[in-house]
Amino acid sequence: MTAKSINKILIANRGEIARRIMRTCREMGIATVAVCSEPDRDALFVQEADEVVPLGGIQASESYLRIDAIVDAARQTASDAIHPGYGFLAENAAFARACQQSGIALIGPSAEVIGAMGSKIEAKRRMVAADVPLLPSVEVGEQAADEVLRQAKSLAWPLLIKASAGGGGRGMRVVRQAAEFASLLETARHESQNAFGDAALFVEPYIESARHIEIQIFGDTHGNVVHLFERECSIQRRHQKIIEESPSPALDDALRHAMTAAALRAAKAIGYVNAGTVEFLLTPDGKFYFLEVNTRLQVEHPVTECVTGLDLVRLQILVTAGEPLPPEVIAATMHGHAIEARLYAEDPRHDYLPSAGRLHRFRIPAAAGIRVESAVGDTGMISPYYDPLLAKVIVHAPTRAEAARRLSHALARAHIHGLRTNRELLVHTLEHPDFLRGQTDTLFLHRHDPATLAAPLGGDSAERLHAAAAALASQFQRRREAQVLSKSPSGWRNNPSQFQQTRFQGDGGQIAVEYRFQRDGLHLRIDGEEQPDVRCEFASPHQIRMQIAGIQRTYDVHRHGDTFYVDSPLGASVLVEVPRFPIPREEAAAGSLVAPLPGVVNEVKVKIGDAVSAGDVVLVIDSMKVFHWISAPLSGRIAEIRVEAGTHVDRGAVLAVIEEFS
Amino acid sequence: MRRQILPSRLDTKSAPFQRNREAVLGQLEALDKLLSAARAGGGEKSSARHHQRGKLLVRQRIELLVDRDAPFLELSPIAAAGTEYEVGASTVSGIGVVSGVECYINGNDPTVRGGAVNPYTMRKSLRGFDICKQNRLPYITLTESGGADLPRQSEIFLPGGGSFRRLTQLSAQGIPTISLVFGNSTAGGAYTPAMCDYTVFVKGRAKVFLGGPPLVKMATGEESDDEELGGAEMHSKISGLSDYLAADELDALRIGREIVANLNWKKLGPHPSEVVEEPLYDAESLLGLAPADLKMPVDMREIIARIIDGSRFHEFKPAYGANLITGWASLMGFEIGILANAQGVLFSGEAQKATQFIQLANQHPVPLVFIQNVTGYMVGKQYEQAGIIKHGAQMINAVSNSTVPHITLQIGGSYGAGNYGMCGYAYQPRFVFIWPNSKTAVMGPQQLAGVMSIVRRAAAQAAGKPFDEEQDAVLRKAVEDQIESESLATFTSGHVFDDGIIDPRDTRTVLSIALSAAHSAEVKGTHAFGVFRM
Repeated sequence: MTAKSINKILIANRGEIARRIMRTCREMGIATVAVCSEPDRDALFVQEADEVVPLGGIQASESYLRIDAIVDAARQTASDAIHPGYGFLAENAAFARACQQSGIALIGPSAEVIGAMGSKIEAKRRMVAADVPLLPSVEVGEQAADEVLRQAKSLAWPLLIKASAGGGGRGMRVVRQAAEFASLLETARHESQNAFGDAALFVEPYIESARHIEIQIFGDTHGNVVHLFERECSIQRRHQKIIEESPSPALDDALRHAMTAAALRAAKAIGYVNAGTVEFLLTPDGKFYFLEVNTRLQVEHPVTECVTGLDLVRLQILVTAGEPLPPEVIAATMHGHAIEARLYAEDPRHDYLPSAGRLHRFRIPAAAGIRVESAVGDTGMISPYYDPLLAKVIVHAPTRAEAARRLSHALARAHIHGLRTNRELLVHTLEHPDFLRGQTDTLFLHRHDPATLAAPLGGDSAERLHAAAAALASQFQRRREAQVLSKSPSGWRNNPSQFQQTRFQGDGGQIAVEYRFQRDGLHLRIDGEEQPDVRCEFASPHQIRMQIAGIQRTYDVHRHGDTFYVDSPLGASVLVEVPRFPIPREEAAAGSLVAPLPGVVNEVKVKIGDAVSAGDVVLVIDSMKVFHWISAPLSGRIAEIRVEAGTHVDRGAVLAVIEEFS
Repeated sequence: MRRQILPSRLDTKSAPFQRNREAVLGQLEALDKLLSAARAGGGEKSSARHHQRGKLLVRQRIELLVDRDAPFLELSPIAAAGTEYEVGASTVSGIGVVSGVECYINGNDPTVRGGAVNPYTMRKSLRGFDICKQNRLPYITLTESGGADLPRQSEIFLPGGGSFRRLTQLSAQGIPTISLVFGNSTAGGAYTPAMCDYTVFVKGRAKVFLGGPPLVKMATGEESDDEELGGAEMHSKISGLSDYLAADELDALRIGREIVANLNWKKLGPHPSEVVEEPLYDAESLLGLAPADLKMPVDMREIIARIIDGSRFHEFKPAYGANLITGWASLMGFEIGILANAQGVLFSGEAQKATQFIQLANQHPVPLVFIQNVTGYMVGKQYEQAGIIKHGAQMINAVSNSTVPHITLQIGGSYGAGNYGMCGYAYQPRFVFIWPNSKTAVMGPQQLAGVMSIVRRAAAQAAGKPFDEEQDAVLRKAVEDQIESESLATFTSGHVFDDGIIDPRDTRTVLSIALSAAHSAEVKGTHAFGVFRM
């Protein structure tokens, strides 16, 4: 292939990866084109692109999965190449072919390789030939569930259903009982179709306790194929990686050599060009099995970049332009340790329920060795229609222990306001003795209760002090905004009968804060308990510097409506002020089904007049690519249905009403 | 610079300073006891019973009604102290901020004899109407009272009836009147909500009727119950006496706050300046400046310097009539004129200077703060012949007819006509506050007892009777003691002859709240004075 010049790249993706690709483009003097869906029109990656082609549509299928529209956009903007990022069309052979036909370079391997690796049977056949260790598997096409089960008879249970075109845990299900196979298969099919535009699945034995080790490979059009060492991505929730690192604490030099050699054999067997990843399962007995080749840039590529000092996106572009891999890639070495944590807008304590909505603040303190790849700025929307990834926070440090400490510190000190995230889970995982000992496998979050790991940073004691800080900050704001007597001493009384009182709803329950400014200073009670040696050294609506029991700390307070976000060295709390006067309001009727999160109604399973029993699934909401079953809270008759398939619903919207049988 | 900084030469280690401080701290401790008695209301048992009924105490009601963290200045908190009635006179009143609006708030304390109105309750309440009227303050009453204290009804019935006239007159003046009814408000009391612009009745609690079931039965033979005759639901849905039916006490307070928030209220006085300099000197030293012995001189400028913004003062006519300090300053951003006694006695010069200064304040127009430590107008042949009465009359004329807000602060003695000239209680200042060491009387106890002794001696002489020196000494002592005790701050404040005893260290805060309240009304001067005798 001859070298060609790439002056403009269209990024067929969104969020953090679109921003990250554009950053390298800017560094290389390459113009950027973004495409975006309707909800993303104001997203940062859109603002940062040189040109934007809005695709319209809301769902991925209406926007980021539209091959024709994206190729048209590249043509219209005279883009030389398309970078697909990860997910969406990143491993779509049809897309690769469409690019090829339009004469637009796709940054990635050839359509043929994508297709071959997308087809698991084909991939595995080639791997066998290349002497890469494999797990047995069954491909699922159009055949019925029981037929698949029959074919999979020889496989060891439990089974794992995977999307043939999958990634990121979507379209993936573990099956432990034959009885649930059919329904799980159906769900996986749906998700896969929705997320990747391809319903094909395959089934393989599910290895419960294994490590997920992957090898970064890179090939050019000059016959060079190299590996850039391993990444361990064992810490996963619902088969989705949340913490990735390089090197893996499980690999010694011999095993590293064996695995990288197998990966290189795999790469060479398929003539791999551009960036790719060979994924393996590593069992406790040191055996490893090929899982798949990801023919794209991985979400977790930054950890490899940190330890090798290379820019993988830059290399992708160079290789696409027909240049050979530079010498520093051929002779790449590893330095130090890198860990990446994925911050998701989700609630690990409520089954990872996605929390779409607006961020009120998103700040990760800058620190040595900390790299942030974020989808959003200080404020931003996490829309319910796509992956709820807020940001990836990556650390590079001399040792694994220091990397873990720095990363957990950066995450703990981050100000993340407005959305529930998995931040606490990440921090507590990074601080967990098992993690620090390198005892990581894919069951980590089964062995260690996610709800416990996701407990607020600092716990109840921090929350109580944070409530006091919130009360004082809000006091200060009220004084400052007072229309009259704003300069009088706060809460002044010539005949004082009680303290000023505020109540907050915290994670651990209600907290009562009482305070009074007297001639001898501030007096403070938390839950009725007089705090000793209290001094308020500094107060503003946004910050309180307060001494309690002889220790002074600074508390950052950020108020949004009745919600107070308090961050301090003790941790982070979300506190909702309990209204002084309970306002009588219309409560939702007892039988109302309310949307637990924003999304799109996928299916309504009932008609008006139908009888339902408590627990029956009434309708299904698709939010952030995951189905949520909305079931009847009580037995009764369907009295009202307010939505239909396709209806976009906000959180709290009444979907249907059930009349209880009397 | 617009105004010069008052220098301070105060020696806080001096014996007089320490003596003053000790004395006033003792007086403050005594005041605290009275205040705590007022807060206790009807006592623990009664309060517990009140709580058991699911009711809030009057102070809790007020704390919920006012804006959080805003100041609340309780007025006449020790009313009825030294009388047979409970301290506080079964009512709590004061200036508070409700939904950003400064209001006068008055709440019955139902734990004290069912919130019954005694003569001191009545004086406190009538004073409240004056305050609302003069300062244009919205009036909010938290009603729950059994009505007049029957044994003393003769003192209450006729003058107390004026409450309803005053209420509707406030309304006529455009001053909002709001009644939140938490319980009993029957018979005459029924007219309290009835005369208000807005009424909120608490469901299941408010009871408002002219005659209860027994009286109705006696009068007409009709059978009825409390709810039919005067319940909140009935009045909200049938009679229309209640404008809002509150679900409970909290709801009533919430509705009260919303009513105020919807008054579209605008203060008519000028806004205080945005930037306010604190005084340069510590308010704590005011304790040592409060004269324990009224014979000892007080450096009034040291006091002024600890009250006004930036301790900055533009003194008017400093070289003339030097026993009275006059000048311009600002207090928490409000422009004021100050008249303060440098030395206790007023001569013709001081009276004339005061008259001129009051006229100037009416021209500007700027509110006046009188700081009293006055023994009276000078007596003696020379002074009478020079026209001290005439000049005193000019000053009283000016004080009486001046229309800018007057606020009076008494930091020591206030005797004789000096009290009148320096805008004492009878001269209807917007507010009068006194320091705990204050004494008020027609003249000093020794002088008064001495005068009476001289009169007795003269009478004995005229009658040709012998004068019993021993008996005279006993009498003198008795009179002196009586006058002394009746001139004390707790006595005058207990009798509602002022708006409260204040901690000297709170002076600036109290005056600023009073000034801010006064600025609810227009600050307007006058040219119309009585004929000045020349």
